[in-house]
Amino acid sequence: MTTRYFGAPVKRNEDHRLLTGQALFIDDVELTGMLHVAFLRSQVAHARISSIDVSMALKRRGVVAAYTADDLGAYWKPGPLLVPPPPIAGIVFNQRTQVPLAKDKIRHVGEPIAIIVAESRYLAEDALDDIVVELETLPAVVDIEDALTASSPCVHDDLDSNVSAHVRQTKGDYRSAVAKAHRILKRRFRYEHGISSPIETRGVVAQWDARGNQMTIWDTTQAPVFVRNGLAAMLGLGERQVRVIAPFVGGGFGPKIMMFYPEEVALPWISMRLNRPVKWIEDRLEHFFATTHERGQIHDAEMAVASDGRILGIKDVFLHDTGAYDPYGLTVPINSQCTLLGPYVVPAYDSTFTAVFTNLPIVTPYRGAGRQHGVFVMERLLDLTAHELNIDPAEIRRRNLIPADAFPYKNEIIYQDFAPLEYDSGNYEPVLDKALDAIGYAEFTEREQPKLRAQGRHVGIGVACYVEGTGIGPYEGAKVQVQANGKVSVATGIGTQGQGHFTSFAQIAADQLGVDVTDVDVVTGDTDQFYWGAGTFASRGAVVAGNAVNEASRVVRQKALKLASDAFECSEDDLIIEGGKVSIVGIPGKFIGLGELAARANPMRGAVKPGTEPGLESTQYFGPPMGATANGVHAMIVELDPLTFDLKILRYVVVHDCGTVINPMILAGQIHGGVAQGIGNAFYEKLSFDDQGQLLNASLADYLLPTALEVPRMELAHTTTPSPLNPLGIKGAGEAGAIPVGPLFAQAIEDALQLKAKHVELLEIPLSPSRLFELTRKAPGA
Amino acid sequence: MEPDLHDIELSVNGTTYRRSVESRMLLSDFLRHELHLAGTHVGCEHGVCGACTVLLDGHPIRSCLMLAVQTNAQEISTVEGLSADGGKLHPVQQAMHDHHGLQCGYCTPGILMTMTAFLRENTAPSEDEVREALSGNLCRCTGYQNIVDAMLAAAETMRASMP
Repeated sequence: MTTRYFGAPVKRNEDHRLLTGQALFIDDVELTGMLHVAFLRSQVAHARISSIDVSMALKRRGVVAAYTADDLGAYWKPGPLLVPPPPIAGIVFNQRTQVPLAKDKIRHVGEPIAIIVAESRYLAEDALDDIVVELETLPAVVDIEDALTASSPCVHDDLDSNVSAHVRQTKGDYRSAVAKAHRILKRRFRYEHGISSPIETRGVVAQWDARGNQMTIWDTTQAPVFVRNGLAAMLGLGERQVRVIAPFVGGGFGPKIMMFYPEEVALPWISMRLNRPVKWIEDRLEHFFATTHERGQIHDAEMAVASDGRILGIKDVFLHDTGAYDPYGLTVPINSQCTLLGPYVVPAYDSTFTAVFTNLPIVTPYRGAGRQHGVFVMERLLDLTAHELNIDPAEIRRRNLIPADAFPYKNEIIYQDFAPLEYDSGNYEPVLDKALDAIGYAEFTEREQPKLRAQGRHVGIGVACYVEGTGIGPYEGAKVQVQANGKVSVATGIGTQGQGHFTSFAQIAADQLGVDVTDVDVVTGDTDQFYWGAGTFASRGAVVAGNAVNEASRVVRQKALKLASDAFECSEDDLIIEGGKVSIVGIPGKFIGLGELAARANPMRGAVKPGTEPGLESTQYFGPPMGATANGVHAMIVELDPLTFDLKILRYVVVHDCGTVINPMILAGQIHGGVAQGIGNAFYEKLSFDDQGQLLNASLADYLLPTALEVPRMELAHTTTPSPLNPLGIKGAGEAGAIPVGPLFAQAIEDALQLKAKHVELLEIPLSPSRLFELTRKAPGA
Repeated sequence: MEPDLHDIELSVNGTTYRRSVESRMLLSDFLRHELHLAGTHVGCEHGVCGACTVLLDGHPIRSCLMLAVQTNAQEISTVEGLSADGGKLHPVQQAMHDHHGLQCGYCTPGILMTMTAFLRENTAPSEDEVREALSGNLCRCTGYQNIVDAMLAAAETMRASMP
């Protein structure tokens, strides 16, 4: 295989449609006779439903139907558990999954209570006001510590507490680490992650075709295959009767893989019942409540260290807010638990978490998926230790890095994919060196910073390390086919939300088949085009589906060469596949186009040899034994205004190792976007709930996504340690940019404001100018 | 309650449309669902994200904050009109492609409309000026850096082709 495209910054195949307004997004689906759906959502967080009366709504002009939970009959069922608990000894898990419509009880603001179907969305929303609901309001469970007290109300009446899960994982013997320790540092850390807030909200369009006995669902999902399988089962249909299409999706970042959202369950049912196509598009206010969040954890963590700053052991006990239901199992807190260990040698680890039900929207993974929380705890513990022992923050990290000869490195605990947490490959120290070099660490700390401080400027530096578990199983597949016009079609089952799959998968196929990358047409997210798959999550698309595309393309290449060798009566070794044709080496005029070979492989008459498969196509699958572990270091220089706490990022460096790179341009874009979301998480975005579970800032005017003025220019560099777990050597990169930004902010701000001297420690994320004002005012001696 | 309808006539991308619309219909919904110009996207419907930006008589506006009836006798430009001549991309579109200035592409039409208007006013912007002009459009995918680079490059291309 030549590598004309693999590794090159190939411009994207999908751009033209997106740039000219021709790409199909969910709200662009227009069908004859389509009706529009609006949901009545709870305005309180915790209540018992006494009665619901939709009779007035049904009288309104343009209203076609109104439904409550009772109307759903046997179709009303709690949703499936997406990720069962991993096989960890002694695990407690109380499965309580979301329901399509609240029946007896409401468990969070925004939970749907009733449905209106009308001739337009305007009329449907008008009719929501006609529904009369009587509620008995209950005290809301909001604070995760209060939630575990004996006097707390219970989110789920059939449980005797608000415990969703309890998990302990250990490695080595923490007690003996304590016995040997020079110092033990103990702190309480709070980390809140916010909402993914893609610019396109969610939506569902369902069309039941009674004549064809066929259901078509357009859905902004990251996992169309599982949506099809689940809905087919719920609707009493076979999988072949249901087609799920994830069209162009305007950003996902995790919450669009959650299933089944109530709207996904309701719309197909309504379409069957009314025999009309129906559409629901989430509005931005709904998005703040109806789409899943990530939110907060509280860690009581301690680290035992030797006098030279080497980690002897870590003990961590944390609480995790899972929201009103726990359909995604333990993925987020297990990611926190596992990713805390980072790129460091931690001989002893004792980590226990309790996941807690609250009367707040459901928590499922959002870009990073709990990894941020763990990385924050580890990186802050290292900073505190460095300060205590008077070791440079970069140096203490270096001393603890896993050495290059220790891979594969076993962490002895279980990861989210049920496999032991084992790092496949890595070479961590050069990544740190490269980052320190790029940011000019020594120059800044030794010369520039003292000089600027003397001028009265408040500048500080931070450096943070992390690992990212990526590319987990189970598997993905791809079907590669040469069409009679010579163009190549690639279909996979994953969904795509801007990751550039139309280009990166095309690059892989184009190299194998010797065609131009623009002659490869990639289809993702249409279950009629590719039947099997798991979905786009955990930075796995490029790794798992990419390798399946490579394997299927390789098989098609072999078929093409075989057919051509038969046609030319020559050895395959004498053939070359390039420029869309197979030629005999050294005889330029002697060639057959790939399209011609494809046509010959599908003869209209005559006999074929036994075992012959028609066409130039292949479907192949790839499933890695476990996830591939990427790693990176971020470094940043900031300046703060000591009065307003306005923050300006002067330099931002990312050095990252995600194995072999398919397309460095797309990779850079993924890192840029991740960092931007990390910056939002660290300093601008905070979900503010009151004690009744009301979200006080549910608008984009109040919940602050970073703009072009807050996100700085980023300087990127890479090292390459291929993964041994897949033939292409790829590791995932989708979440890397977002993971270490919180601790980086805390460290750099502490340094800029010289907070150590004021006995102020930044032990929480998100920070903000107002929060810094509060923290520094409260400080002793302030 | 009977719908409160008004006859309007407006020009969109040079084509004249006559329609009868309800007074409450948003311009964004009118463009997308009545005229089937779905390239204009809706992100927040409260005027913050900028995805629905179109040009009204040459000036960028949020089509989610305007009613269709208010555009009677006015001229609107949308993303569908940017590369109308034979399908060749506008320099701003081309630069976005060249610099990987879009990922999911949902915010892109609004950014294209905001920035084409800006680059007409300011033909040689600094990076800070581009960032300021872009700051009313939210993008959740790109971190803006490649969009900023695309706009600086587009400005240069447009200057080079000026008479």
